[in-house]
Amino acid sequence: MSAKIDAIRQIARRLLADGAVDMVIGFKRGTLPMMNEPCFIRKAEEADRLVWDSHCGINLANYVTDRKERVAVVAKGCDSRNLVNHIIENKIKREKLVVIGVCCDGMLDKRLIAEKSREEAGAEVDAVEEANGQITVKAGALIWQAPREELLQDNCKRCRHRNPVLYDERVGEPVAEKTEDNYEDVKRIEAMSSDEKWAHFENMLSSCIRCYACRNACPLCYCPTCFVDESRPQWVGKSQDPIDIRTFHFLRAYHCAGRCTDCGSCERACPMGIPVRQFTRKLNKDCEELYGWQAGLSIDQRPALDTYSPNDPNDFIR
Amino acid sequence: MKVIHISKTEWQDGLDKARPSYGLYGPMRQGQDDPVFRRLGPGEFPEMSFKNTKMSPKELVHPQSEPLFRYTLDPNDPDHDILKEVPKDTSPKAIIAVRPCDADAFLLVRRNFDTPVYKDPYWVNAYESLTKIGLACNRACSSTAFCTTAGSGPFSDAGVDVLLVDTDDAYLARVITEKGGRFLDACGFTTPATDGEARIASLREKAEATISSSVHTDKLREQQTIDLYDASFWEDVAFACINCGTCTYSCPTCWCFDIQDETRGKQGVRMRNWDSCMYPLFTLHGSGHNPRGTKVHRVRQRFMHKLKYYVDKYQDGIQCVGCGRCIRLCPVNIDIRNVCNMMNGYTACACAAS
Repeated sequence: MSAKIDAIRQIARRLLADGAVDMVIGFKRGTLPMMNEPCFIRKAEEADRLVWDSHCGINLANYVTDRKERVAVVAKGCDSRNLVNHIIENKIKREKLVVIGVCCDGMLDKRLIAEKSREEAGAEVDAVEEANGQITVKAGALIWQAPREELLQDNCKRCRHRNPVLYDERVGEPVAEKTEDNYEDVKRIEAMSSDEKWAHFENMLSSCIRCYACRNACPLCYCPTCFVDESRPQWVGKSQDPIDIRTFHFLRAYHCAGRCTDCGSCERACPMGIPVRQFTRKLNKDCEELYGWQAGLSIDQRPALDTYSPNDPNDFIR
Repeated sequence: MKVIHISKTEWQDGLDKARPSYGLYGPMRQGQDDPVFRRLGPGEFPEMSFKNTKMSPKELVHPQSEPLFRYTLDPNDPDHDILKEVPKDTSPKAIIAVRPCDADAFLLVRRNFDTPVYKDPYWVNAYESLTKIGLACNRACSSTAFCTTAGSGPFSDAGVDVLLVDTDDAYLARVITEKGGRFLDACGFTTPATDGEARIASLREKAEATISSSVHTDKLREQQTIDLYDASFWEDVAFACINCGTCTYSCPTCWCFDIQDETRGKQGVRMRNWDSCMYPLFTLHGSGHNPRGTKVHRVRQRFMHKLKYYVDKYQDGIQCVGCGRCIRLCPVNIDIRNVCNMMNGYTACACAAS
């Protein structure tokens, strides 16, 4: 990890010193274990603020939306795919962007680690260290260990694009990629009856407080006014009525159809621990099955839901 | 003050005795997560060995969505177009095991809803129906708790009617108000504790020593509002913020709300819902102008309100009790402790260079 930090700092320092960019967006050390804070630096001498480790789960593509400066951004595989989305959707110009692509080993699941620590030690996490594929967690009086792979975020366990798909500078050596996602999580829900699905989602959304952290952590959600915030006319009620909560979640997911990179920011951001990726992953699976489409892999290809092809599946037209 | 001894073997029987005269509320665990406050059903007892609830108990007095009026638009109904007040349950309720910070937060929020000039009937009635049975924290709930420097503390009893102190085999119950005394009477808890105050004082000292985190607030009042407002650090503080409402919704002292009419068919309800200064819609004018149009504006507002405007207006400390929820739940690790210290230590000229 420290090699990656050195490389990121070196690149940031050079880009700023050369005047190649106006700002570098990356992560700085957080104040809590397992948390880093997105930050920007504008001067070469600030480069030492930047860090990199297994707690950089927030998607930094969210921070370049509509930026007018020349921006360098530290990007994992998923972030780089969202930068591709941004370029395709005209949210940032390619020539104003320097992608510092980081070959990613997956991010740790802070919620899982906190839960395990609570179960086993009744304590909050004090520190998380890693060496040779092993994670060591200090929680109160207890120290527990587990293989790194077991403690990754769910989306990182499934990820097929850990290496940046678009980059100007590369940090780290490319890692081996998985070739497929079996979507067994989605299939499990697809196999439910309508009533079971209803109960499943009802239960899943019951703790939603409508803070919109899932929406706001998502680089895809950049509408100037979100449909839930429209007041003339007002499409969605503002209360805790389950109908309005469902409407928000379902529509949010549909707005991400064919665009979602399964970066996991939404789920990571949710203060209530709601597995909101269940919605977007169903749409990712559909896009892949219907159109062979995964979002954000190439700036030269229009997204599946952006184009028409005579070969598009049309079995639903009867 | 009177201290009552409640052995743990008589605790549940006592609560059962109070049930006919009080609706009981307490922390209940759902799975592995932190518990939440809710109404206790028959045979249910509050979780007493928790650190703190995930969300604060403010929603017991100020629900996230609260219907205020109902109306009908049906011209055949003689009451059409008339707002009818929604009946409220103001029967006595007891909230068991509220943590001292959250109880203190009610006193801060009260400054907004219960003033000599304005009394918000919904808040005031709900608040007055509550008897708050506090549960002192024998040790810090989290490394993010900074209650002792935020005007509260693990044994603070300013906002409770009774403060329970867990001594392993028993609770020492310090009776703070008459309301609290009446609740203990209803439970049949009457045994005076020997050396109660001395034992509480000793546990308090130990507990306060475990609060490892702090903020500096001593200079906030003397700071010039305009200097803080124009401080150069806001862009940096706000950068990571995604403008979700997590900090404000989890905060026990955030009180902002919005009023909405929702009509379905010919029936409607006027309700109030929590609102958040993090949302662009919060300040959007009818004209389309938004005086807090950017995220930097909104983040600055949240901190300025809690740590400067409130401080100046009420001259009684910050609008924060140090529970640490916003720090723990923020998706991007914005930390009010850092911001508070920055504001407290700010000097207009020196900051330009930093």
